[in-house]
Amino acid sequence: MIRRRTLLSTLLAAPAVWSVRDAFAQTPRDTIVMAAQIDDIISLDPHESFEYKGNETTTNIYEKLLTTPNASPQRIVGELAESWSATPDGLTHTFVLKTGRKFASGNAITAQDAEYSLRRAVTMNKTPAFILTQFGLNAANANEKIRATDARTLVITIGEPVSPSFFYYCLTANVGAIVDRAVVEANKQGNDWGNAWLKTNSAGSGPYVLRTWRASENVTLEANPNYPTPVRNRRVVTRHVPEPASQLLLLQRGDADIARNLGPDQLRGVMTDANFKVQRARKGSIAYFCMNQRHAELAKPQVREALKWAVDYESIQRNIVSTTYDVHQAFLPTGFLGVLEDKPYRFDPNKAKQLLAQAGLPNGFAVTLDHNNSAPWSDIAQAIQANFAQAGVRLTLLPGEQRQIITKMRARQHELLMGRWGADYMDPHTNAEAFAFNPDNGDNARSKTLAWRCSWFPAMTDAVNAAARERDQERRAQMYIEMQREHQRSSPFVPMLQEIEVAARRANVGELDIGPTNDRIYYASTAKA
Amino acid sequence: MKSSRFASLGGWLVTLPLTIFGLLLVTFLIGRVMPIDPVIAIVGDRAPVDVYERVRLELGLDRPLYEQFWRYCVAIFHGDFGRSVMTSRPVLQDIGRFFPATLELATLATILGVAFGVPMGVFAAVRQDSWADYVIRVLGLIGHSVPVFVLGLIGLVVFYAKLNWVAGSGRINVAFDDIVDPITGSLLIDAAIQGEWEVFRNAVSHIVLPAGVLAYFSLAYIARMTRAFMLEQLRQEYVTTARVKGMSERRVIWRHAFSNISVPLITVIALSYANLLEGSVLTETIFAWPGLGQYLTVSLLNADMNAVLGATLVVGAVYLGLNLLSDLLYRIFDPRAR
Repeated sequence: MIRRRTLLSTLLAAPAVWSVRDAFAQTPRDTIVMAAQIDDIISLDPHESFEYKGNETTTNIYEKLLTTPNASPQRIVGELAESWSATPDGLTHTFVLKTGRKFASGNAITAQDAEYSLRRAVTMNKTPAFILTQFGLNAANANEKIRATDARTLVITIGEPVSPSFFYYCLTANVGAIVDRAVVEANKQGNDWGNAWLKTNSAGSGPYVLRTWRASENVTLEANPNYPTPVRNRRVVTRHVPEPASQLLLLQRGDADIARNLGPDQLRGVMTDANFKVQRARKGSIAYFCMNQRHAELAKPQVREALKWAVDYESIQRNIVSTTYDVHQAFLPTGFLGVLEDKPYRFDPNKAKQLLAQAGLPNGFAVTLDHNNSAPWSDIAQAIQANFAQAGVRLTLLPGEQRQIITKMRARQHELLMGRWGADYMDPHTNAEAFAFNPDNGDNARSKTLAWRCSWFPAMTDAVNAAARERDQERRAQMYIEMQREHQRSSPFVPMLQEIEVAARRANVGELDIGPTNDRIYYASTAKA
Repeated sequence: MKSSRFASLGGWLVTLPLTIFGLLLVTFLIGRVMPIDPVIAIVGDRAPVDVYERVRLELGLDRPLYEQFWRYCVAIFHGDFGRSVMTSRPVLQDIGRFFPATLELATLATILGVAFGVPMGVFAAVRQDSWADYVIRVLGLIGHSVPVFVLGLIGLVVFYAKLNWVAGSGRINVAFDDIVDPITGSLLIDAAIQGEWEVFRNAVSHIVLPAGVLAYFSLAYIARMTRAFMLEQLRQEYVTTARVKGMSERRVIWRHAFSNISVPLITVIALSYANLLEGSVLTETIFAWPGLGQYLTVSLLNADMNAVLGATLVVGAVYLGLNLLSDLLYRIFDPRAR
């Protein structure tokens, strides 16, 4: 009886299994399939998108007036602009556009499109608009300050003189994307500047056009036939695969060509396998912890310094994030103008104890650390807890969801908090402002930088402003180096690691072009052999 | 009889709105006490103060809590669940896309779970303490105690990566994307209706494993409960009497004992189905299955409150619907409940 039934069910099940076995299709030859976590995308309008994957996607769809090549990220080159110049007072900037360029729609790219795009970004005033509005541009003066004087010439007048490179670096951010005015206007609803439509559609001139975006499912890009340089693949599909183990299986089976979020253990396995290649590139993202200066003990300079000596940076990097982070102890990431590569701090619990004793805490003290509850942050937090214990600091860990931590930090309710900060644009001012600028430490301050969130009222706020205004590039770089040295010494921030973007790919698939920020990751160069 | 039916219907008409109101209130309050700022979910961490303030006012977060709740209820009763921050689309539209994926998976898993779980439970009860009973009990124990994501990962490694019997994660291969027009939202049904048999086969190859894993999870529960119910019935005197009367064993088991467990079994199956329908978050994550569970979780982690509230209401409505359905089935199968 049992045998008969077992046999029967096996016979019934077998055809089902074998019938599905033939149904697989390897990824098409002209299509690159990426497995990645893409559920952070909330809009693909370049003047609104500000999330990691949203930025990465839109940078492959749109072009800006200027950009920075990944091979030399500090150099500014023209993307749609052929030439650009500034008046001696540094207020008026003129851009002359390249000739013969077209949008994906076939429409010619004109200065009027550039004028429309930048006015749109400033007037809509979505999250990334601050990158442009910090130059005194706003909805009220956009028409006056951003003008196309003919089909090829765009003139922008900014509010106060700053380093030209600061302004130009900001124009290389996605918020400086040039959209096809005719297409966007044809799809606008009321006064929305076409925002509702452009969230899920595209009107650009970059290597790709957006075919579909299904939130938390996939993004499909197709090659733009009007792009001047031939794109090496016809289509790029990014599938949302939240689980790294599933990404690895897809890569191994050939159902994905590139996996973007493999963990350290998975990467180690892939690195030793000839069937795969791993690409690594430094990202403009810093992992740090900070000390809230409202906490009586943390406000003592000796305590701040003690905690910097109480972390085993090398061990954390080597044992927890060997493939995805490098040790880095300054607020500017490698790749940025004026970066400081010095690493003055190492694990020295005795020195930390001495400093705590000088601060009147010979028996240490107790403090809490808020941190993200996902990998690798939980592991790093536990390592810091163990390191601190050797210096006499009793650390209580408070794991939480990322936005919960941000909410707490913005309310300045944390004691120690571990976070990750990615550069908003390619200029050093982005991180200098975040980590070292706080002109108003009051609760209702308009500028809630990281320094403000840690209740730190830094003396170097003026230095941040001065560096942003410095017109000599070498002098400017030197100012940031000096600023970081002082920051390393006296600030309540402890930069620990710099993130590495890692992409594991099948051996027959070409490299991505990866730069230091998410809006510098390009797909057009990769193809299957 | 008629008055009893009306009384029952009346009871439902009273409890249903009350339950829905309670559901609305609880989900709304949970959304407001979460230690996550919903404005940050929309504008991000870097937004300037003016952008932050503008969005806070747009969301009505400056108004008193009772007013926010009233406006929320009014909007819901007008069919406006709001717009999701994550997807930039109306929440109802999102649910219309994500729920069928979960429905398809859960239904297939439940069908498989019932098809195998019920006979296994009956068989184990009839052959109590035999080796077959032990095997079924151990299988049930494993299915019930091993976390479903572990089973999912093992399934992927064995049946996808090693044996190549089934497809990997996702609902369909990239090559078949956008071929089938969504009609019902179920890829299997839509592909069949449109005669896209290649797409159908590919979709089957993708659903087999996650549905199998969930089916095993469901089967373990159903088989254990069926066995327990049957053991209780088989000890009853009417079973002994039937056997003494010379009735065939098959008739005793299926016609008499099994008929009597059908009512509690309906509750077990309905509960199991409801659990799967609320979205098997871990399974959907492991298999990158774009279902309601994943939608709800990601929304929650992103403080996308419109999406969270909308999806929670759907889950609640599903529970209420299945509750109502099992009540109705009770009345059909058990004359005492009429």
